[in-house]
Amino acid sequence: MRHMLDIADWSIEELQWLMDTADDIIAKPEDYANAMVRKKLASLFYEPSTRTRLSFEAAMLELGGSVLGFSEASSSSASKGESVSDTVRTVSCYADIIAMRHPKEGAPTVAARYSSVPIVNAGDGGHNHPTQTLADLLTIRREKGRLQNLVIGFCGDLQFGRTVHSLLTAMSRYQGVKFVLISPEELRIPAYLRENMLKAQVPFSEVQKLEDVIKSLDILYMTRVQRERFFNEADYVRLKDSYILDKQKLALAHSQLTVLHPLPRVNEISQSVDSDPRACYFKQVLYGKFMREALILKLLEAKA
Amino acid sequence: MNIDGIQNGYVIDHIRAGKAMTIYRYLGLDKLDCSVAIIKNAKSRRMGRKDIIKIDELIDIDLDVLGYIDPDVTVNVIRENALAEKKHLTLPEHVMAVIRCKNPRCITQVEQEITHEFVLTDKERGVYRCIYCETAHKNDDRADF
Repeated sequence: MRHMLDIADWSIEELQWLMDTADDIIAKPEDYANAMVRKKLASLFYEPSTRTRLSFEAAMLELGGSVLGFSEASSSSASKGESVSDTVRTVSCYADIIAMRHPKEGAPTVAARYSSVPIVNAGDGGHNHPTQTLADLLTIRREKGRLQNLVIGFCGDLQFGRTVHSLLTAMSRYQGVKFVLISPEELRIPAYLRENMLKAQVPFSEVQKLEDVIKSLDILYMTRVQRERFFNEADYVRLKDSYILDKQKLALAHSQLTVLHPLPRVNEISQSVDSDPRACYFKQVLYGKFMREALILKLLEAKA
Repeated sequence: MNIDGIQNGYVIDHIRAGKAMTIYRYLGLDKLDCSVAIIKNAKSRRMGRKDIIKIDELIDIDLDVLGYIDPDVTVNVIRENALAEKKHLTLPEHVMAVIRCKNPRCITQVEQEITHEFVLTDKERGVYRCIYCETAHKNDDRADF
């Protein structure tokens, strides 16, 4: 049985199949409208979410399936101290596939050990967020026409930004990709990702100022400096405004830049940027739903 | 027990000086009924000083734990008063319930019954990573010991 825990567990060919299928769903949604009739998705969200949870639920509904679940830990038995393994063994009896978001890193890995149905990691702490990466990959492929030979800038909180970790891991496998990592010293990428890139000989540079490098980028991936990932409020206040994209900074970039953001944003992208044709973050939201549809199809077909 | 010779058992040799008690604890040697001798700071041509543990019974030894604590030790297996086998250890690929994950955001910190598991990801530098959150633990800092 397959799960989606970490994007690195999926081959380039499998990711291509998901993107091709998503493209096909976009072109011919009616062909997929009954693909998941009588199938149920459980969305177990121990942490708040707007996009990811609704995207999973919309994806399952558009495939003709149905959804159940909870949207915060306090409305589940987790509030009584139930373990992830017990919750998952229970929910496996009710649903055909489980999407889980959990504040603790590795919770979906624990879930996968005990579940009798496929588990999808919908975000675990500051660790991974592979289905956001699926949305990012499809957006890049549709906007750029390719996944190879790109200069990708990641900007903001690269230490706790789980979407950055997953996308960086996925894009490291495509030829000719270079990374420019733009962050304050305190929020640089975790050591294990730096080690992985060095081992795989993926070219990357680490800088502190967006203005210095924005012109060289094909893709700029902005992230939120996440309050909930800090142990110290003073650190959050000091760093939250460090990296804001506004029209002045965007004017330095070339005309073919694609600006991405996993959302939600706080103030790291000025709303004045939204009308710029280079701003693609709401397309990411839309493509994310189609990629989750493709993933559900793949995981449940694999099970059958 | 005559610590110079044992009939059936082990001589764990080339232990870094001062590490014998760590190995004693981790292998649970305190729970054995047989004789166990610990020799500390023995002279060694190769190491200068070393520790040695002698166990007067062929018990099950977790070589993974031993390899993690000190991959340079040698385990001599003694049968009928003679050296039957000499085992040289290496860092194990996978260890369970030996290293504890220290990442406060890891699922193992809130669910106490989950066994802490680490895999070796960089043999040269002795780096292990938690299978749940990928937090690194370097073998040579071995703070747990």
